[in-house]
Amino acid sequence: MSDIDQRISRWLETNTFHHTEFWDLQELVRAKRESGLTISLCIPTLNEEKTIGKEIIVFKSELMDRYPLLDEIAVIDSGSTDRTLEIAKSFGADTYLSSEILPEHGSKPGKGENLWKAIHQLRGDIICYVDADIKNIHAKFASALVAPLIYRPEIQYVKAFYDRPLAVSDDVRPSGGGRVTEILVRPLFSMFFPELTALIQPLSGEYAVRREVLERLPFPIGYGVETSHLIDLYQTSGLDAFAQTDLDNRVHRNQPTTDLGRMAFGILRTFMKRLRHYGLVKDLPDLSGLFRQFQAEGHRHEQVVREILEEERPPMITLPEYRERHGR
Amino acid sequence: MFRSMPRGTVKARPDTAAVSHREKLHRLREILFANVVMAGEIPAPTGGERRITRFLSDRFTESGLANISLDQAGNVAGVLPGRTGHRNLLVVAHVDKIWSEGDDHTVSVGVGTMSGRGLADNGLGVATLATLPLILEELDVELDSNLVFLGTTRSLGRGNLAGMRFFLENSGLPIAAALCLEGIDLGRLSYSSLGMARGEIEVTAAGEEGEAAVVAILANLMRDLLGIDAREAPAARILVGSVEAGSGHGVPPRSGVLRFEIRSRRTGRVAQIEKEIAALVASASTGEGGEVRLEMIAHRRPGDLGADHPLVLQARGTLALLGIESHVVPSVSELALLLEHGIPALTLGITKGENRHSPAETIWLDPIFDGLAQIVAVLQFLDAGESS
Repeated sequence: MSDIDQRISRWLETNTFHHTEFWDLQELVRAKRESGLTISLCIPTLNEEKTIGKEIIVFKSELMDRYPLLDEIAVIDSGSTDRTLEIAKSFGADTYLSSEILPEHGSKPGKGENLWKAIHQLRGDIICYVDADIKNIHAKFASALVAPLIYRPEIQYVKAFYDRPLAVSDDVRPSGGGRVTEILVRPLFSMFFPELTALIQPLSGEYAVRREVLERLPFPIGYGVETSHLIDLYQTSGLDAFAQTDLDNRVHRNQPTTDLGRMAFGILRTFMKRLRHYGLVKDLPDLSGLFRQFQAEGHRHEQVVREILEEERPPMITLPEYRERHGR
Repeated sequence: MFRSMPRGTVKARPDTAAVSHREKLHRLREILFANVVMAGEIPAPTGGERRITRFLSDRFTESGLANISLDQAGNVAGVLPGRTGHRNLLVVAHVDKIWSEGDDHTVSVGVGTMSGRGLADNGLGVATLATLPLILEELDVELDSNLVFLGTTRSLGRGNLAGMRFFLENSGLPIAAALCLEGIDLGRLSYSSLGMARGEIEVTAAGEEGEAAVVAILANLMRDLLGIDAREAPAARILVGSVEAGSGHGVPPRSGVLRFEIRSRRTGRVAQIEKEIAALVASASTGEGGEVRLEMIAHRRPGDLGADHPLVLQARGTLALLGIESHVVPSVSELALLLEHGIPALTLGITKGENRHSPAETIWLDPIFDGLAQIVAVLQFLDAGESS
């Protein structure tokens, strides 16, 4: 067994959890209180009226009213045109428009932008991000991610993974390992950062992170945000800074292959930039931001060209407004 | 106690507290709604209720109920001890749903509504049962009577109220009065049960030649049942609830099942119609090509608490105070067994809704607070029965 194999095996033993290990919410709340940590839940949204209400209800009831684990629940929205914000607000979430946070820094499209601005807006020592499109929402989607951070001070970043795909009706599908993960990210990690392959689902949108880590990470605003986090934190702190929790299953909307292609393109661009930044490859040409796909109408094929920007926001700690608001 | 009490001994006095209850209950909104989501998303087909009874027992434990138990029938029960504990009041919700384990039970929450399979029947009833101990605590309502919370299994269809029956026959608890909870429809006042018989007619092809006969026999039987229904209505009804046969477009089915229910308020009428159907089945069996078999799987006797019973008057008055029009709906569910055992009982609906028993079953959120205020007020009235 190689050194890497051994390190991965050891890490899987010590830093991979199952949500049932944290079933005792009363104990978790006690430990949280003792630690003095505060916790913010952030749900980034864009037109999520079908699922947002349920998420807020479940988190507020279970992790604020019954077991006071969360100190705030915030929805950070990219400009929904449906009733996402109205519903979220009606069930007691704090709602923010991403464009109204740090307005002097402008507004950019993309989920990463919301996650980045959340660091400024929210107060918690830990921020737990949960996507808004989860159909089978449960309190464990937040509690089992923050638990390792509460119980194990050395852990910085906890990712969710989903181990047991559901076979249900036609309009839902198992999340499983994820097609982009298996076809793109895992092969790239295997080549350049083999230890990171231990993360079963590196692209999952559910993760909890300590503020002192988040504020020092640059944020790609688009698809590459999760991948870049993993690489950047790994470069500074190694695999032991990470943990992952098995949440059993997650049911969400299916994404068409063309959308996954765009996602893969964005992630690949971010990945290449990281390779260049860390000196892992030399002489990379300028990378095109245009992604080319094709669509057919009868026997005629036409090109669909889309620009996929992977702009990055700087580490939040570099912003004076942030340092002032958070006393850094 | 109500069961031995002459009419008029306890006066129905709708209490205006119901109105203030309604306002205070909004404080528990997220907890209640989360319970509705959770109870709604747990599959609970009749006979497969283990996960939902576990959910209820966890909630009972968190609420500090005493004597939390699962009985042999799978029912889950817990007791909120009363100040004197001289009497036991029962609050019951059936936990099973008409949907199967593999159906998508996802609940979606909109502005003022929730939708999903089984939310009205009976996810909301179960969620209310789970939240009721907290509701009473929030409202500072302490009862003299013990309050027994019961989630019953195997209520629907072939389940034939097996859970409720087991509890009544084996718990040994004298129950002074009972309240049954159903998700919809708010304003529903069920204090009588219909006589009911539920049956299945199975038709099987006899040999290769019999394939064509299955559909013909089923069609004839359906025509005959509908004929009886037309003749008997409105005093009695025959509801053909489902017909299943075959699996494609061009192949005659080798077997089929027709499920029906006979309902009537008149004592003995259900039994007479049942005999008539048995005779039809016997005569269909003598024809060529198919074997026909009748199985009766459930029976209820008609029962009636009476429109002038104090409990009925109280419930009606409370609904009026809350600005809700009441309507009488005879029941064939848990209420029937309770009345059969001489226990004064009512079934109340908790909210308004639509698309009952469809995948888009929808409940309205705002009226839930009226429904809960009504339940608490009726429980307080039942509790006062002892001292009046």
